[in-house]
Amino acid sequence: MAEYVLETKNLGISFGGLKAAQDVNLKIKKNQIYGLIGPNGAGKTTVFNMLTGVYKPTTGEIYLCGERIDGHGQEEINHKGIARTFQNIRLFNNMSVIRNVLVGLANQPEYKCSLATSMFRLPRHFKVEKAMRDRAKKLLDIFGLLEERNNLACNLPYGKQRKLEIARALATNPKLLLLDEPAAGMNPQETAELMDTIRFVRDHFDMTILLIEHDMSLVAGICEEITVLNFGQTLAHGSVEDVLHDPEVIRAYLGDD
Amino acid sequence: MASRKNFKFKYYVSYLIVAVALILFTVLQLTGGLKRSTANLLAEVGYSVILAVSLNLVVGFLGELSLGHAGFMCIGAYLGTLFMKVLSGFIPSHLLCLIISMILGGLCAAFFGFIVGLPALRLKGDYLAIVTLAFGEIVRNLFKNLPWFGGAMGYTSKGYGSTLFIVAFVAVLVMLFVVQNLVRSKHGRAITAIRDNEIAARATGVNVTYYKLAVFVIAAFFAGVAGVIYANYTTPILYSFFSYNYSIEILVMVVLGSMGSITGSIVAASFLTCVNFYLKTNLTGDMAALKYLVYALILMVVVIFGNAPALRGFREKYNIKALFGKFFRKKPNPATERNDEGSWDRIPTKIKMDELLSVDVKSTESVQDPDKGEK
Amino acid sequence: MSTLIDGLSLGSIYALIALGYTMVYGIAKMLNFAHGDIIMVGTYAVLTTMALCGFPVVAIVAAVIVCTILGVVVEKVAYKPLRGASPLAVLITAIGVSYLLQSIAQLIYGAKPQPVNLINFGHVTFGSTTLNISTLVTLCVAAVIMAGLTIFIKKTKTGRAMIAVSEDRGAAELMGIPVNNVITLTFGIGSALAAAASVFYLLQIPATSPTVGSLPGIKAFTAAVIGGIGSIPGAMIGGILLGVIEKVCMSIPALNPYTTAIEFSLLIVILLVKPTGLLGKKRREKV
Repeated sequence: MAEYVLETKNLGISFGGLKAAQDVNLKIKKNQIYGLIGPNGAGKTTVFNMLTGVYKPTTGEIYLCGERIDGHGQEEINHKGIARTFQNIRLFNNMSVIRNVLVGLANQPEYKCSLATSMFRLPRHFKVEKAMRDRAKKLLDIFGLLEERNNLACNLPYGKQRKLEIARALATNPKLLLLDEPAAGMNPQETAELMDTIRFVRDHFDMTILLIEHDMSLVAGICEEITVLNFGQTLAHGSVEDVLHDPEVIRAYLGDD
Repeated sequence: MASRKNFKFKYYVSYLIVAVALILFTVLQLTGGLKRSTANLLAEVGYSVILAVSLNLVVGFLGELSLGHAGFMCIGAYLGTLFMKVLSGFIPSHLLCLIISMILGGLCAAFFGFIVGLPALRLKGDYLAIVTLAFGEIVRNLFKNLPWFGGAMGYTSKGYGSTLFIVAFVAVLVMLFVVQNLVRSKHGRAITAIRDNEIAARATGVNVTYYKLAVFVIAAFFAGVAGVIYANYTTPILYSFFSYNYSIEILVMVVLGSMGSITGSIVAASFLTCVNFYLKTNLTGDMAALKYLVYALILMVVVIFGNAPALRGFREKYNIKALFGKFFRKKPNPATERNDEGSWDRIPTKIKMDELLSVDVKSTESVQDPDKGEK
Repeated sequence: MSTLIDGLSLGSIYALIALGYTMVYGIAKMLNFAHGDIIMVGTYAVLTTMALCGFPVVAIVAAVIVCTILGVVVEKVAYKPLRGASPLAVLITAIGVSYLLQSIAQLIYGAKPQPVNLINFGHVTFGSTTLNISTLVTLCVAAVIMAGLTIFIKKTKTGRAMIAVSEDRGAAELMGIPVNNVITLTFGIGSALAAAASVFYLLQIPATSPTVGSLPGIKAFTAAVIGGIGSIPGAMIGGILLGVIEKVCMSIPALNPYTTAIEFSLLIVILLVKPTGLLGKKRREKV
């Protein structure tokens, strides 16, 4: 067993001449809640996109539980065990809540069922559908969405959409969960609730979580370790206490005066 | 359990329509009560329904615009006729011959569906639409000029006679079985997930490549089957029939029947085919243009009334469901409202800007989502 | 040599039509399927005015006026109510408009092709090659029109407003650009270009029928996509490329019947290599 769930070595990418990220070294241990922070345009989402295979890194390596995963497609990386949410929520809006989760469940080996099996309604199809549905209901129950399982995802209130996105990501049974600004657009009360949810996910699902966030109260509240990015480079790294009092970090956020 | 019964009925409504029509008209045919022209009309309805439902799979469920469906039909028609000619040497039964060539013609079309599906992996929206259109025109051009298929004079087949519609309707039932099962399975959910948000679908582990190809192949297969039926209905088959205009007519059926609704496709395809048939047989010479005039007006009125943002209030007040609700005085029952399956007909007809035709995703999203962070 | 000149001249007709497609797409984000039928209306306008008065210049002016008005009216009646609705709905309406124009033309003029004698320029001979003067006229006038259009879009305030709307409609509206007027104007210009194309078309093939616009329309659409839909220089390059290839294929007997297939295959190949056409802008979807 590898020491780290996620390890990146000198990860970097450039678009044309612009180095959007360079030499990013992350080491995330199992069951950690790890924060990735930095001013706007620091390259945080770019790092997420490299981790999930949206962009191919130009330099560096990514290891998930010791297995090298960079260069694979998005679907493959998801199958290998990284799931994510998006900064601007991306649900399957015209599908019901439960269907959103069912899409996530579909790739589990125990729910394997070929196209022909489904097309001709062989017994396996019914067994798998039933099992998936039960599992999805359990998952929705955990997130308090069971009552709304047949509503369209786009009709959910904002906070619940965020939760559904997390539920859908967890349905793919990941080893590492990436949350991209989960508290964006939330009021303090909702943020507090979200912090409980994230901790709950970590404990209940035995999950490792990497999150991007601007809301410092959330970061300070739940992250155990953070990395600060600025202009695509690592500015600081360490425990929350140390990093948030680092004069370099304060300067990056507040300007040079 | 009342709710369970309710949704089951809704699921089987499309089978029911076709089965009832099939039994009714077969009985009429056997008792000699069916006019030749009606039998012809029914055969037309049969293949139109197959075309519309299979195109709906691509446009309504996968969310990719295809303007080349007639091309697949063309392949099925020409090659199916070729198979018929070859097979009739070995197999005495005309029916068996037809069925085998329907399957073979479908498979040939499916192969080309795979070929057209490949660019679909790289292209989006308008670009894919024009590629499918180009594909249809290429196929037509080739069949016109290849030496074995009768050229511009058309390719003569034997024809099947007035019982063809029974075969066509049975084919419709088989297709409905396969397509309905597909869209109501985990695979169907994956396909709609791609339509709703391809990026999220990938991130959720949906194998986009596989499903896109599968949808194109399945849709092409059934278009090919429809082509074989068509070839046995009309003889000689002419390359000019399979132009992009015909692909568009099929698309119109899908859109009028509301995208993503299979029952809708069946109803719209039947209705439009009947209108077409009536106008075609009753208008001659230059008055035949009236057919397209009527067609065009129906199209524009339905689409403008159904989609104009300014008329939204009007639509909500007078939509079919509301009228039905008044008619039956049905009380809203929360148990039935929330049936477990999440119904397809609640999917809005509109495929969203970023899903279908536009490449400009960014701007629509920032409008939709005022709550997101400053970034 | 004469094949090449013929190709260039046909290509410039395609380019003029393709410009209409591409401008409307760039600004209104819709495929105007009825654009080919505007050409058809242009040819009938020429036919009618020639029958009434017999002056080619009057006929040309009439064609431009009729087409421009028609383009604007179609936009106001059929497309404007659907602004903000799904692109597919707009596409279907455009198809409806196309059917409508064709059937009205057929009801008025009949389905049979009718001869239109606009101007007969005759031939000119350079050494061993004989050229139609009308071909040269087409080439020159089309070049002037395209240059004029480019200058108009680059240099005038209205032209810049059009670019702004095509870049970001929402932002353009916030900056005080009358978006609706710009869209209407685009349709007007596109239709006027189609009218010009219809005149050149008649110089090459002096006959018209209700479906005369379909094939050039679809070919020009292909040209616009090859060049990168939404890009004005792209439409010109795509149009000329397609015209030259068409004429070259037609001049080789073995390839002649397969001309359409070759043109469309070219489109597919180009799109596979460069998914947004030759000069199309690549927009990366932000995740």
